[in-house]
Amino acid sequence: MMLNADRVYPVLLPLVSLTGVLLLWELCGRLGLINPLFFPVPSLIFLAFFGMLADGEIQTNLSITLFRVFVGFLIGTIPGITIGLLMGVSEKTRLFLDPIVAATYPIPKLAIFPLLMVIFGIGELSKIMAIAFGCFFITLINAMGGVRNINKVYFEVAKNYGASKTQLFTRVVLPASLPMIFTGIRIALGMSLIVVVGVEFVSANHGIGAMIWNAWQTFEIEKLYVGIFICAILGILFTLVLKKIEHRTIPWVGQLAHPGEE
Amino acid sequence: MKLACRHISKIFGEGEKATRAIDDISFETTEGEFLCILGPSGCGKSTLLKIIAGLLKPSSGEVCYSGNNHAGPMNSMVFQEHGVFPWMNVMDNVAFGLEMRGVPRKERYARSLDFLKRVGLSKHAWRNPHELSVGMRQRIAIARAFVNNPEILLMDEPFGSLDAQTRLILQAELLKIWSDHKKTVIFVTHDIDEAILLGDRVLVMTSVPGRIKDVLSVGIDRPRDIDLENTPEFLALKTKIWNSIRLEVERSMTGDHDDA
Repeated sequence: MMLNADRVYPVLLPLVSLTGVLLLWELCGRLGLINPLFFPVPSLIFLAFFGMLADGEIQTNLSITLFRVFVGFLIGTIPGITIGLLMGVSEKTRLFLDPIVAATYPIPKLAIFPLLMVIFGIGELSKIMAIAFGCFFITLINAMGGVRNINKVYFEVAKNYGASKTQLFTRVVLPASLPMIFTGIRIALGMSLIVVVGVEFVSANHGIGAMIWNAWQTFEIEKLYVGIFICAILGILFTLVLKKIEHRTIPWVGQLAHPGEE
Repeated sequence: MKLACRHISKIFGEGEKATRAIDDISFETTEGEFLCILGPSGCGKSTLLKIIAGLLKPSSGEVCYSGNNHAGPMNSMVFQEHGVFPWMNVMDNVAFGLEMRGVPRKERYARSLDFLKRVGLSKHAWRNPHELSVGMRQRIAIARAFVNNPEILLMDEPFGSLDAQTRLILQAELLKIWSDHKKTVIFVTHDIDEAILLGDRVLVMTSVPGRIKDVLSVGIDRPRDIDLENTPEFLALKTKIWNSIRLEVERSMTGDHDDA
């Protein structure tokens, strides 16, 4: 049976390159070309991974981290998008709030974490709030930009066809700014991962970040790699899921330039 | 429904940077007339149309609608391009004006479908605009304007971004729909052939600031089609308009404008 090369290559080639790198790594380790203290061979990492899976270490830490990420993401993103849209629509709101956003946005989210611990205690809330802050600003700025970048023609069409303020918002402003809102969400999810690992490094007993940190302190190098590996998988999964949602919600993005191409 | 523009001027900006886009434009349309506004690029034709649509306020002068009582909207505009919403399917785009006026879904879909059939898009009703060609998207915009049933249709170079063949087909379609409904149309274009083919009268504008240079009656019998372009009367009119507009085009290219 002949398989269509155009369809096989996109699956085959990445697989080949990935397994190639792993094999090369394994080989170099076995031959003593790289220091196993820093670069344990992949087979040992996989062994550690399955061991951690068997005693539930991964599941516990992963669920705690995911809980923090999602709650923090929601707490940050919902007001972020809402206020961003409002600032995009209303010039007065924008003029009023813009200086505050401009002053607070550039502060690295991890830098305010100690302050958050003072305010919200050293429990879950301070960690969740750190993630929320990271998501808040990035989604706010993108939602605002989304509204402000809407092609003027759409507003003219809406006005000419007699749209009320509510209709203008629900039928034009909101859908037209969705592409940039999604950009904000994508960056916010990436940011959540960075922040959650960061705060778990310094102030948590559980979670993927804590797991990596403990592995470093006890010098269990394989576990350290497992942690990094899980972070990578999370990042990829987030992106994939979001892409699926984007494809369904804003199917026109990136395709307007190529009409009739199917 | 008649429309009268009286001494309309528009100045953009203030003080030193102020530029006069259009200057003292006055004209009237008659009932059911197809009026083409022809001018070189940047002469303020779109500005004039937006003032008529109420999207821009004139710096001076006024736009008057007069005539029998009307229930529907005064005017509906067909925009140059990108006027079709990519987040709505074809049907919702066409029904947009009706939706804004609170027409129930069932009724607005039925009325929209009627016009979708006329522009040959009925089988694409539930697709999204990005899946269609540029020409089809302009058909959506035209159907949307007609189904809104306005007193006056305003068209801002609706075929400007189309290739020559698609443009011919859409011009013919537009003439056909228009002859069925006899709406007053104000059609902005920079294409002399298009202006003669479509218009009852052609209003020629100067380059910046846009003034009315000439008003010509086309006086060619309808129905018209593309073969018209080889007739002596068409060519005579084309020459006449070209002579009138040539200087303006040259001036707009060299940037040799009157002071504001």
